[in-house]
Amino acid sequence: MNFLSLNLRGALAIFTNELARFFRTVFGSILSPVLTTSLYFIVFGAAIGSQMDPSQFGGVSYGAFIVPGLLMLTLLSESTSNASFGIYMPRFTGAIYELLSAPVGVAETLIGFVGAAACKSLIIAAIILLTALLFVDYSIAHPVYAVGYIVLVAAAFSLFGFILGVWADGFEKLSIIPMLVLTPLTFLGGTFYSIRMLDEPWQTVAQFNPVFYLINGLRWTFTGQADVPIALAFGMTLGFVVLCIAVIAVIFKTGWRLRG
Amino acid sequence: MDNPILDIRDLSKTYKSGTVALAGVDLQIRKGEIFALLGPNGAGKTTLIGAVCGLLRPTGGTIEAFGLDVAKHWRQVRRRIGLVPQELAFDMFGRVDHSVEFSRGMFGCPPNAARIEEVLRSLSLWDKREAKIRELSGGMKRRVMIAKALSHDPELLFLDEPTAGVDVELRRDMWRQIGALRDAGTTIILTTHYIEEAQEMADRVGVINRGKLLLVDDKASIMAQLGRTEARITLETPLAALPETLAAYPVTLEDGGRTLRYRGGDGTGKGKREIAELVRALVLGNIAFSEIDTHDSTLEDIFVDLLEGRDGVPA
Ligand SMILES: Nc1ncnc2c1ncn2[C@@H]1O[C@H](COP(=O)(O)OP(=O)(O)OP(=O)(O)O)[C@@H](O)[C@H]1O
Ligand SMILES: [Mg+2]
Repeated sequence: MNFLSLNLRGALAIFTNELARFFRTVFGSILSPVLTTSLYFIVFGAAIGSQMDPSQFGGVSYGAFIVPGLLMLTLLSESTSNASFGIYMPRFTGAIYELLSAPVGVAETLIGFVGAAACKSLIIAAIILLTALLFVDYSIAHPVYAVGYIVLVAAAFSLFGFILGVWADGFEKLSIIPMLVLTPLTFLGGTFYSIRMLDEPWQTVAQFNPVFYLINGLRWTFTGQADVPIALAFGMTLGFVVLCIAVIAVIFKTGWRLRG
Repeated sequence: MDNPILDIRDLSKTYKSGTVALAGVDLQIRKGEIFALLGPNGAGKTTLIGAVCGLLRPTGGTIEAFGLDVAKHWRQVRRRIGLVPQELAFDMFGRVDHSVEFSRGMFGCPPNAARIEEVLRSLSLWDKREAKIRELSGGMKRRVMIAKALSHDPELLFLDEPTAGVDVELRRDMWRQIGALRDAGTTIILTTHYIEEAQEMADRVGVINRGKLLLVDDKASIMAQLGRTEARITLETPLAALPETLAAYPVTLEDGGRTLRYRGGDGTGKGKREIAELVRALVLGNIAFSEIDTHDSTLEDIFVDLLEGRDGVPA
């Protein structure tokens, strides 16, 4: 494939169409994650957090400690659901015929659908970081890395959501993976605690949870401290992105679930 | 055919369920023609279109459009093809004009407000351009589908039952528009259940059943080949065999000898003349009859005959 032959207009059309869909329902799509996260900040960050000993959290307040965890929770669920709905809806309504008959390939689809989904969750992430300022006092130790990491995670889970949306053959399947896999992994991955607080064997078990690395990677960019080496966290996230892109390329090559 | 715009060779498609939807279809489409694909439900029409447009993967065979293999050169080819599918399918909450602009962009064309306006006006949708699609009537929704397919000015247009569920007046209107597209140089392949539609519009007709093309020919030559006139003469007493005097005419005995069926003529009036002669022969031969029913055969007769596998039809 030659870059010059890419249908960039097509990619842009999908991208703007997806964003337009988002802004059409902007109230629901932004308000609900922001409200949920704010509740966490109020309950855990402000109310319970004030009772916590900062020495257990590398010297930062508990409120500041959970900011990256909650941000990750939102990023994972928003990216996954935005991207999965984005591709599942046209499959469901039949409007996918247009995508399939258009001069649009893997690259354009990724730019369009996955790019838009990632963009949406980045918008939400930014709003959440701003709202968090209302409830907790936090700072970002490595802002450039933080932005890079957030973008990377948003892209990774938008890719993952895209795969989910292609795989799902019913609405319930769309919500099953986020509900049964992502949310538990995020909670158990150290959103609200440091795994050093866990007893063995749970401390070891927790290290098999991939989301644990994501949360700690992000936490490092915020607080400068993490339970794992930062390079490992970045590497895991990058590896996940590459894996997802490979899966999507195979989906397009074989037409799996898209072309009968 | 020289330089067909679409060249389908030995195309087959077996769905995962095991259904053989296409069983070796060969079809060449001429540039600039309107080709009507006729066939009963489940014949494979939509599957054939889907295979050309990239909605599904053929099991075997090759498809070339504009001289390019559609599987290999899909980028170049798809830009030049438009598709109006059988089912209404779009984002119902989107606006009419946005939906059409989106289609144009997806096919790689730069924004062109004037062209979008032209398309919307030609389909009487301009007044509805700001409406949400779900607020439109069914016939209007179908026209939005057509507008979307026309937005990138395809050279080859597929219309899968464009007039299904559309009232008579609107159907005539659509025929006019399809005619106008052809006049502007677009090659059109449409599927339909309405024989009338094929007869009215098509240059050539193909009949498909159970995944096989049974017949492809110019509409005019099909009609001529099969004879334009048909008569059914109901006899008072059944005949065991055709009388010698009638052997020269294209007649058959049906219905246990109670009906004499004539099919003949070539569209020049020869059929009517022969029927008159036939009747004279019956009277002379003292063969009593109670009823004569004659009509000019239409594509519908041909279609029904083909599907029932009656003889008298060229293979
Ligand atoms: N996605 C699919 N999976 C399995 N079988 C299918 C699929 N789509 C169509 N078929 C089968 O393939 C055959 C041809 O279907 P197709 O839709 O091409 O017919 P058609 O000529 O368009 O019919 P209609 O006039 O009803 O639209 C039918 O037997 C149908 O049941
Ligand atoms: Mg069909």
